[in-house]
Amino acid sequence: MKGYLHSIQSLGTVDGPGVRAVVFTRGCPLRCAYCHNPDTWEISGKDSSDPSEVAARLLRLYPYIKNGGVTFSGGEPCLQAKFLSEVARLLKERELHIALDTSGCILNAEVEELLSLCDLVLLDIKMTDEESYRRYTGGSLGVTLAFLSYLEEIGKEVWIRHVVVPELNDSEEDIERLCALVRPFKCVKKIELLPFKTLCVEKYAALGIEFPLKDTPPMGESRMTELRARLDDRFK
Amino acid sequence: MVRFEKEWNGFIRGGWCDSIDVKEFINKNYTPYIGDESFLAGATERTGRVMAEFEKKLKEEREKGGVIGVDTHTVSSLVSYPAAYLLREDELIVGLQTGAPLVRGVNPFGGIRMARSACRAYGYELSEEIEREFFYKTTHNDGVFRVYTDTMRAMRHTGILTGLPDAYGRGRIIGDYRRVALYGVDFLIEEKKRDKAELGNHRMTEENIRLSEELYKQIDFLEKLKQMAALYGIDISRPASDAREAIQWLYFGYLAANKEQNGAAMSLGRVGTFIDVYLERDIRRGILDESGAQELIDQFVIKLRMIRHLRTPEYNELFGGDPMWVTEAVGGMGEDGRTLVTKTAFRFLHTLYNLGSAPEPNLTVLWSEKLPEAFKSYCAKVSIDTDSIQYENDDLMRPRFGDDYAIACCVSAMKVGKQMQFFGARCNLPKILLMALNGGKEEKTGMQIGPEMPVIDSETLDYGEVRRRLDYYMDWLAGEYVDTMNVIHFMHDKYAYEKIQLALHDTAVERVMAFGAAGLSVIADSLSAIKFAKVRPIKDERGLVTAFVTEGDFPKFGNDDDRVDTIAKELLDQLITDLRKNPTYRGAIHTLSVLTITSNVVYGKKTGSTPDGRFAGEPFAPGANPMHNREECGALASLNSVAKLSYDSCRDGISNTFSIVPAALGADDGERRKNLVDILGGYFSQNAHHINVNVLDRQKLIEAMEDPDAYPNLTIRVSGYAVNFHKLSKEQQREVISRTFHETV
Repeated sequence: MKGYLHSIQSLGTVDGPGVRAVVFTRGCPLRCAYCHNPDTWEISGKDSSDPSEVAARLLRLYPYIKNGGVTFSGGEPCLQAKFLSEVARLLKERELHIALDTSGCILNAEVEELLSLCDLVLLDIKMTDEESYRRYTGGSLGVTLAFLSYLEEIGKEVWIRHVVVPELNDSEEDIERLCALVRPFKCVKKIELLPFKTLCVEKYAALGIEFPLKDTPPMGESRMTELRARLDDRFK
Repeated sequence: MVRFEKEWNGFIRGGWCDSIDVKEFINKNYTPYIGDESFLAGATERTGRVMAEFEKKLKEEREKGGVIGVDTHTVSSLVSYPAAYLLREDELIVGLQTGAPLVRGVNPFGGIRMARSACRAYGYELSEEIEREFFYKTTHNDGVFRVYTDTMRAMRHTGILTGLPDAYGRGRIIGDYRRVALYGVDFLIEEKKRDKAELGNHRMTEENIRLSEELYKQIDFLEKLKQMAALYGIDISRPASDAREAIQWLYFGYLAANKEQNGAAMSLGRVGTFIDVYLERDIRRGILDESGAQELIDQFVIKLRMIRHLRTPEYNELFGGDPMWVTEAVGGMGEDGRTLVTKTAFRFLHTLYNLGSAPEPNLTVLWSEKLPEAFKSYCAKVSIDTDSIQYENDDLMRPRFGDDYAIACCVSAMKVGKQMQFFGARCNLPKILLMALNGGKEEKTGMQIGPEMPVIDSETLDYGEVRRRLDYYMDWLAGEYVDTMNVIHFMHDKYAYEKIQLALHDTAVERVMAFGAAGLSVIADSLSAIKFAKVRPIKDERGLVTAFVTEGDFPKFGNDDDRVDTIAKELLDQLITDLRKNPTYRGAIHTLSVLTITSNVVYGKKTGSTPDGRFAGEPFAPGANPMHNREECGALASLNSVAKLSYDSCRDGISNTFSIVPAALGADDGERRKNLVDILGGYFSQNAHHINVNVLDRQKLIEAMEDPDAYPNLTIRVSGYAVNFHKLSKEQQREVISRTFHETV
């Protein structure tokens, strides 16, 4: 069993609770207009790793992350669910908290197994209507909502994440629609609104890929504060 | 009869009453504190007025280019200046170094040339009378240069050894200033007289003659210490009888040391828990409240922030930002399992809020896994808010130094009053590597300094061959380095002996000789390149290797990769082993540090290109830090690499400076505090020794560089100490900005 990783970032504090190591996998079926990791889109054949090797590198960080944990991100980590399940099992021997940062675009038996090993899902709901979802990501909102229903069914803790992009989804109504979508799900404990940033411009340039939102300005922090205030209290 | 009935009233007695034992006094009398910071009080109006006056002086000092004035007519000593004040009616703790606030004294005992050129650097001329007085006097610097060999001079000149204390006070000696408060000076004199008389029972060997004369000088200066206090109308012959007196007595001891010596690091020690005993007694007696207790600490700290020494521009290049290293160790655990954290540990840290952040005193938190959680969390808050404190691993030091050690300078643990050190600056490891390739020739001047051997002659550098050469030259370096230190410290003892500081030590003091290494990550990465990539040496017209073509990738220190981290670790193990082969002056114990202060810039400037891809003249990373921006796996992997270096090989300390942007530490203040505590705990649980923590954005530094007046108090940790950013040279500022700032991904 081999996995394809983009990198391991040894210190993450924004992808789940506490001090965390973040594993970035390669490969993603979506092509979001505002993606900030275009360098993780393709699964390439080189630099594969064994689960034990990855787990060993993560466990080197155990003294720091024992109260935080490990987050699987990407790319779309569910593409390599089987591999990550093996890593997760090794991490669970030390009782580390595991979070999965996903768009919820794939649900199969392997992903279900991975979910059973995770303590928290950071579920990215990218757009709040089917049409925009399709237009800006190439995927389907319905699939993500089905993923969320499954999480509700198994009672998994979920934090919803949502990138706010100027002019695309930054109105009060957008936020209200997001809350309305999520309100029926008891498993959702929090909604994190993340500001669109333009730090990835250089990555696109280096990869020779056109950045679709190259003319969009970054989201201002004061507007983010206003929008966060619109969230239901239970999601704050 | 009970001695000092009044002064010691309310203290639990013990052996400490009969002979000097401050540690036992503390253990028997202190009150551990495990609560949080909510009890703390703000600054009083009186402190506010003193602080306002101090800030006025600081502004004047800034406007005058960093030096407010120099008293060129007086040789600095304990009683050579009259009593002077900052704001007499509001000062609770009194005593200035010279006749006026922030005015720098002249101390030519280290070297008259240094004193002369330091005066000139700021537009002053050393007075005729001092020039005349020292015309017939041998200084420490004179003595050293009478004996230095040609090789030592060449090593110094080319920067193989840099920052040697051969023209200024060696510093790094911490008097046990608490003894002045607890016992009063007369008791201390009695003890020293007894020790001197006892020496008469032994044969008068050279060693005992020297010691006997030193004791004479110590007693003489204890008398002068009393006279110095008397100038302020204060009699310190008896012990202090309340908290204000205890702080005043202790400060007089520290002040006297600074009047006598201009040592590179004049550390305060570990006085907080001691002072806490007095504060608690006064609170119990109903004569002091929290506001009053904080006021005393605030006013004491203002005095500590006023310490100044006159330095040359060359000195400032090495030790940028006008540091004094008034290092105070805070926290830690006792050997009996109780924490040594008291309310006064909080009070000291709280001065950074009451008085604003500042680099001095150099507050150093002794971190233990067992520290009270509320204290850990408060320390993290202070780091995040002020970038002014550093952390060192108490769980690593306590088993080796007991629980009454303090930190000299940045990272050097010393048993207070029981150990002193011979400071030895550092040697340049990448330069030794280049010398090994060039058969003992120095790469810039081409001088033959080391033993001669043909220049390496291979198309691609072979790791085994390079290591064999390096081993040989490291062994040679170690011998020359120890010899050089022996000369320096022989002469320092002879011509610039620290009379008052050593009077506040046990007579049978243990000595360590502290060697240092610079450029660790550069040499480790260079060797890794030779081992794992392909390195072709390029020779210049002199036939010396001065450039490299490196093909392929190689593991770099700072990524938690054992392949290179082991190289770094083993180099240090090897260096201390080589050093230990050579006998030291006065039987000092060899120790080693990986610490550069800001001298990493100068070291880089003096070093040719290296096989890791660093170009000639580029700065090294500071201390044990990985090279800038070679850390590809994030902050924790970088910390793990440094944590692998062995403290037992580097008993003088391993310095690591860590900068992270606030957003990368967590979403809000609460999370950041918690996360920083976890990071520190994780690092230290792996036997790492030291860390400086900066939580700030690079952008802020760039703005401060462009508009210094907008950020007069911006304080950052650099390498074992903190500085006002505006006091660094532009070159040093650029280097700090180029360092890795761990960011969110």
